[in-house]
Amino acid sequence: MTVGDEPVRHQVGEKTPHLLQTGEHDLCPGCGEPVAIRILLETLAELGLTTSTIGVVGIGCYTAFARTLDVDLVQALHGRAPSVATGVKRMQPDKAVFTLQGDGDMVNEGLQEVLHTAARGENITCVLLNNGVFGETGGHMTATSVLGQRTKTSLEGRDAGYHGYPIVIGDLLARLEGAAYVARGSVQSAGAVARTKRMMRRALETQLAGEGFSMIEVLTMCPTGWFVPTASGPSYMEETLGQVHVMGELKGGA
Amino acid sequence: MEGSEAIAEAAIAAGCRFFAGYPMTPFTEVLEHFAEKLPAVGGVCVNAESELEAVGMAWGALATGARAATGSTGQGLSLMQESFSEITLAELPLVAFNMARGQGDYFQSTRGGGHGDYRHIVLAPMDIREAADLTQLAFHLADSWRTPVLVQGDYLLAHTAEAVDVAPLQFGALPPKDWAVDGSGGGTGRSAVISPLGIGKHNTPGPGIEGQQQAIAEKMSRIAAGEARVESGFLEGAEHVVVAFGTSAKFVRYAVRRLRDEGVAVGYVRPITLWPFPADAVAEAASGARSVLVFELNAGQMVDDVRLAVLGAAPVRSIGGISTDHSGFGVGPLLDVEVIAGRIRAAVTEEEVPA
Repeated sequence: MTVGDEPVRHQVGEKTPHLLQTGEHDLCPGCGEPVAIRILLETLAELGLTTSTIGVVGIGCYTAFARTLDVDLVQALHGRAPSVATGVKRMQPDKAVFTLQGDGDMVNEGLQEVLHTAARGENITCVLLNNGVFGETGGHMTATSVLGQRTKTSLEGRDAGYHGYPIVIGDLLARLEGAAYVARGSVQSAGAVARTKRMMRRALETQLAGEGFSMIEVLTMCPTGWFVPTASGPSYMEETLGQVHVMGELKGGA
Repeated sequence: MEGSEAIAEAAIAAGCRFFAGYPMTPFTEVLEHFAEKLPAVGGVCVNAESELEAVGMAWGALATGARAATGSTGQGLSLMQESFSEITLAELPLVAFNMARGQGDYFQSTRGGGHGDYRHIVLAPMDIREAADLTQLAFHLADSWRTPVLVQGDYLLAHTAEAVDVAPLQFGALPPKDWAVDGSGGGTGRSAVISPLGIGKHNTPGPGIEGQQQAIAEKMSRIAAGEARVESGFLEGAEHVVVAFGTSAKFVRYAVRRLRDEGVAVGYVRPITLWPFPADAVAEAASGARSVLVFELNAGQMVDDVRLAVLGAAPVRSIGGISTDHSGFGVGPLLDVEVIAGRIRAAVTEEEVPA
């Protein structure tokens, strides 16, 4: 698929991406993370990066994919992937280097890491899977949880006076001079997936062109961590997270 | 040259091509010298935004198979401990420099420092000449065992100058770094993951978390059995043995030589590796001794290891203590040959130890 193609609306989920050692995964039904990871894998293959990519994986539900992605990987500590990726890229500047992190990983534990990495203009691509909740621990508030969102640590809903406000990380990163491309996609519909894939491609192309730091945030469903029925995940996401973390290219777009 | 420069020169001579650090006295000049020297050999030095990031960057560089290092003072190393622990589990050959304030980081260095079951090999040079050699050895041992190695220095080592020539040293063959990732494994079904979790890949499973931790524990046992290094002197006929490490040990050595000239039957043992602790050498030195004295610039840390080595065969006494200059970073009045000799003399005549 090229950037100019029409979105392939009816084929999402019908084939296993090339860069997987197995199509099995143990994430929950309705989880958006496998869809986002498929977008990443397909884009790597389409850009001809299959044998010249090193990924750095954070700690979250998606960490389970470190075992199944057919990509050379380094497992980082919670929050520390951007620094590890910096070391990888500085020693292997001709390789495509990405991080795969969740919102707890990148925006809570590792906020300083991603901010400095962006400010440094580090020529890597950070991929954020943002579902506004600590999914792996069972549904706790993160720095991107939106006001009113019910979690196990904000039982009556996130309250600005008591819990503080969410960080809209993509917008924050876009303000830094070292960030060349920042975009926010989502995976709640086939159209959103197709649009997000174009963003993913542009993020990686930014790196390949040596233009500096790129970041793509992907809103992903977590019906388990949101305590909503699986089938309600996409609509819940549009009505809550999607209203605060708004989809679109934030910097360096077409 | 200054100790900081000798360490950077030695690391580069050993093939180190990546360094990341955060300025902190008395480590700062080590970072400065790497920043100046690494680009000239095609390497990279990053003035990291924190110690947490510095060690993370070194982690990434190591994963590609490069020789890489970080460092700080003990305070900064406290911040790095989570990564040190997991880098050990991920079996990456990190070298870290601790330009410590005094000798109060002995526990931090030798007990692992972070969570979990592991230790670091800890090399404690007594002067700049030895620091240059042990720095190169550190990279060799790290690669040989695929485990982090600490080089434990201090203010005096970092900031004094000696005439030292740094040339590459040869320590023997090393296994190929076939575990490193270069990105070429993608799509082959044989891609790799470097992980502290022992997960491996679907096609090439790892031992799992428990299995990985057991493998590391077993490796630590092998290191403990084979890598202890020690220097000793004046042990023949010694009725009292002084144990000291690092720059303190050089002062102790002078003091012991002077006391011998005076006819005091005293010798010394200097652990070069703080872990593995040279327990056998200490036990042997203590076997015929009337007392074992431990001089260290802290409230009494290595004395624990000395007691575990001596196992009651002789009384073990601390004759060191906390001593710094007014800044808290530098050399205090206790690090003085006359003062040390006085403390040894008092201890062997069973007088009150003078302040």
